[in-house]
Amino acid sequence: MHSPVNPLTRRRALIPAAALLAGALLTSCSSDAPADAPAGASQSAGSGEGGDKPSKFFEQAEYERQLKLGKETPQGPEAKPWEQMLEPEMTDTTRYKKKGAGGTHLCFSNAGVFNPWRQVGLKNMKAEVKLHKEISDFTVLDAQGKDDKQISDIQELAGDKDCDALIVSPNTTATLTPAVKEACGKLPVIVFDRGVETDCAVTFVNPIGGYGYGAVAADFLVDKVKPKGKILALRISPGVDVLETRWSAAKLAFDKSELDVVDAKFTDGDPAKTKSIVSDAISRHGSVDGVWMDSGATAVAAVEAFEDAGVDVPPITGEDQQDFLQAWKDKKLTAIAPTYPTFQWRTPVIAALRILDGKEVPKEWKLPQPTVTQANLDEYLQEGMPPLHYAMCGCRQMPGFPGYWGGKK
Amino acid sequence: MSSQTTTAAPYRRVARSLGAGAPVFALLVVLLVALAATDPGFYEPDRFLAFVKRAAPLVILAAGQYLVIVCGEFDLSVGAIVTAGVVAAVEIYGSFPNAPWPLITAGLLLAGAVTGLVSGLVTTRLRVPSFITTLGMMLILEGAVFFWTGGSPHGQLSEGFRQLGRGTAMGRLPWAVLACLVAGCVAVLLMRSDFGRTLIATGDSERAAALAGVRVHRARVIAFVLSGTAAALAAVLVGGFSGVSAQAGRGYEFEAITAVVLGGVVLGGGRGSVVAAMAGAFSLQALFTLLNLQGVSGALESTVQGVIVIAAVGLGAADWSRLRRRRTHSSGGRPS
Amino acid sequence: MSGTTVAPPPASPKTRAPSRSRLTDPAVGVWLAAAAVTALGWITVAARGGDFLTLANVVGILQNCVALGLVAVGQTAVILTGSLDLSVAYLISLGTLVAATTMEDGGVVTAVLAVLALSAAVGLANGLIVTGLKVNAFIATLGTAFILRGWIEDNYTGPAGKVPASFQHLGYDRIGPVPVSLFLLAAVAAAMWLITRRTRFGHHLYATGGDEHAARLSGVRTRRTVIAAHVLCSLCVGAAALFLASRLGAGAPWAGTEARYDLESIAAVVLGGTVLAGGRGGVAGTLGGVLVLAVLDSVFNQLGVDPFFKNVVRGVVIIAAVALYARRGSRRSA
Repeated sequence: MHSPVNPLTRRRALIPAAALLAGALLTSCSSDAPADAPAGASQSAGSGEGGDKPSKFFEQAEYERQLKLGKETPQGPEAKPWEQMLEPEMTDTTRYKKKGAGGTHLCFSNAGVFNPWRQVGLKNMKAEVKLHKEISDFTVLDAQGKDDKQISDIQELAGDKDCDALIVSPNTTATLTPAVKEACGKLPVIVFDRGVETDCAVTFVNPIGGYGYGAVAADFLVDKVKPKGKILALRISPGVDVLETRWSAAKLAFDKSELDVVDAKFTDGDPAKTKSIVSDAISRHGSVDGVWMDSGATAVAAVEAFEDAGVDVPPITGEDQQDFLQAWKDKKLTAIAPTYPTFQWRTPVIAALRILDGKEVPKEWKLPQPTVTQANLDEYLQEGMPPLHYAMCGCRQMPGFPGYWGGKK
Repeated sequence: MSSQTTTAAPYRRVARSLGAGAPVFALLVVLLVALAATDPGFYEPDRFLAFVKRAAPLVILAAGQYLVIVCGEFDLSVGAIVTAGVVAAVEIYGSFPNAPWPLITAGLLLAGAVTGLVSGLVTTRLRVPSFITTLGMMLILEGAVFFWTGGSPHGQLSEGFRQLGRGTAMGRLPWAVLACLVAGCVAVLLMRSDFGRTLIATGDSERAAALAGVRVHRARVIAFVLSGTAAALAAVLVGGFSGVSAQAGRGYEFEAITAVVLGGVVLGGGRGSVVAAMAGAFSLQALFTLLNLQGVSGALESTVQGVIVIAAVGLGAADWSRLRRRRTHSSGGRPS
Repeated sequence: MSGTTVAPPPASPKTRAPSRSRLTDPAVGVWLAAAAVTALGWITVAARGGDFLTLANVVGILQNCVALGLVAVGQTAVILTGSLDLSVAYLISLGTLVAATTMEDGGVVTAVLAVLALSAAVGLANGLIVTGLKVNAFIATLGTAFILRGWIEDNYTGPAGKVPASFQHLGYDRIGPVPVSLFLLAAVAAAMWLITRRTRFGHHLYATGGDEHAARLSGVRTRRTVIAAHVLCSLCVGAAALFLASRLGAGAPWAGTEARYDLESIAAVVLGGTVLAGGRGGVAGTLGGVLVLAVLDSVFNQLGVDPFFKNVVRGVVIIAAVALYARRGSRRSA
């Protein structure tokens, strides 16, 4: 017999440790107990929140609101959509006005940079920070997609980092609510992209939203594809809230129309899988008359699948990613690209500075959500940008463009 | 020492490899029949070739992974090599848009080989278990390539480069199918050569092989080098097939290992044939296609996949576990 | 000899066991490494004018250990038997979802029991597939992971459920400066330590992992041992899921997968000196491994290191650490 270490040889060394751990065990038993009987601990305030929201993804009122917002003209400078706002309800911020001299220290808890959209966005935000001389420090903590880590990050930033304001881009809506709530008590908080289930943040910056996105794309297909046409819906993955809203709005539009959604498939954002799914769909259904997508990452792969199958590319929806816009122009596609603009990453910095200046900001800062269409394609497509760049970055006039975003003049 | 290392008689080798791999061939036939039943057009030449083309990267990865597994190791870094390969090619094209594609392809293959070499040396010389070596390599490669490109690559793959994964030779035959055939033949010839026997002997019983004069370290390092090269070739095919992507290789490491195990190859080494491993890859791809064609609810797909993989491997194990017990008592421990 | 290959040569243990000195024990080594990383972090951060060893920061580091720690402690048990578990990530996700949705309708106690029952069932399934069907643990648990994934994707369309404030104490409260959840980790780790080191079953774990064949010959019911180890592991994962649910306030389908708890937990276990082939190592080392990873993370946070670069460093650290253990091991047996 060999190998298993004889536990006896270690016994002596570990006895103190065992005692310690046993102690810990006892303590934990007693301190676990309050879980059932709340015994007035740290964050007892503000419970009732969030519970009244139905957990379903589709909300009729929000859907109607977004469709309505999509038709409105935003307030603010026309050439700077990241400073525009839709139906703002201004809120007073004088109590956050920064006292004393010295530079501003902005802090940002980022969900992660796990996709090109977030990478372009973070570049936008960093470039925006550079525009403002009064920002002396900009701390970014990256949660790498982990809710648990982002909670700790927020606690760290709100705790002992002497941040003047905290920007949060939550990884998950529901799960970051308690942490944001806790931070709100300590410093002004700006939430953007995804929301949280509390309105304690000074402002929540976001574009019109997923229903608007999904509806624009679906309406385009309803318009361009003949009745009874076969629609293929390509989705990234199930369970992502922003993507689910896009799909639910599109489904509503398709259900009302005479189009026939023959397949709704998940691609995992993988172009190879997308090509397989599309070519299988072409052969299984004989033809596909329109492609709806919940995001643009796999749009070019879908286009190529039609080419490889030797058939014309049907009307297709994508996103403002450079490679898709390029393919759209080069191959003269019938296409549309609703966007979830990355310029929204600039707005939180602007909002933070306004708040620290005591100027009023909208309670919910709704940004416009422009759509790339045949008419304005040339305006948004800029040669020399990297394939995974997002055209709606609002970054063209910024110093360092296009090099900082990886493009060439 | 068990019979593998000593019997050279080819017919016994064939019989044994078929015996070990029989379940996977049965599975493959069942899946292919099911595909035909689901979609009568599946066996039209163009469609079938398109299927093989799609399977090619996984088959090549499985062949490479087989070499590593049969000598008793793992290579978890192949998915990262694919991702890194595609991203690096795009990034290079970003700086040198007119780079000739043969040069880039050769460069990628070389880089894959070097990656494998490093993994192999760390595993053998520093005695780090390959699971950990290649897990670390996976983190390093993914981190490094995205650190280098700032998160997303800055170029476009040239049409020439993409031909290998996307285009066809002589009108009909996709280059990827040819590449897959070549890689398959190379792998089979390799396993028939002295080196192949060395590799199996190493995986079967390292000690016995070493006593018999086999340079086990060298055999393992070469296996890693070949696996890295195969992964780089897969990167060329995947990049060609689907273009720029920052997640081209995600999940490939698990798929490749699953394919090899489906082929009846035993993790821990010493048993199984490379043909069966490649058949495992085809089966896996056929399963994906079937699930897609059947229109199984998108979400439940993975459940079905999990059940089938467990069942297939379970059946394979059940078939010849009796045989194994009789044959090799000496190598009792098994890894995982 | 590589850790993934078959049993070690029979000659070595005679020379190895008695001469084991404490400093060369990986479990001690990893704690020294944790101390070294902390010191290094402290110096680098101090050089940048920061302060690393503040109370808040230390508490933060410990807090960040909890989830991975719970999973890794469980993973230790399976790895000791020479098996492993790749299904932990999806089990965590499913666990948080079940916990949060059950707590929304029923009580906290029901939810805790439900999660633990689910975990035990998954662990039992893993164990039975590994031992009964003789499917290699790598594939078996990967298959289970796929099954769980499909289950999650079919039944949940995103974050679901709501954890009552009473249960969130586990995730947010502190006793003095120490997070409550740390006691949970300590309790689970202590229990696991007692089980592995002080019980007959623990001996069987080590024996099975060391040489299953020999263990069976000497009367150990190896199958039962492996199954029990899988159940134990999944129960720890269930505890991690409960902790995450309390911290997140809801169930999240990607709570376990985004953090790559499957591979991270294995990395932590091996970093802690447990041999992947089984039979050697233990919970104490694993906790050290988890601590090293958490300290590294915190240093990166403080220095604002590019997240991609972090992965490079983590990869190098994991390989280097295991290479060091291997060197020590070889010197001992030489």
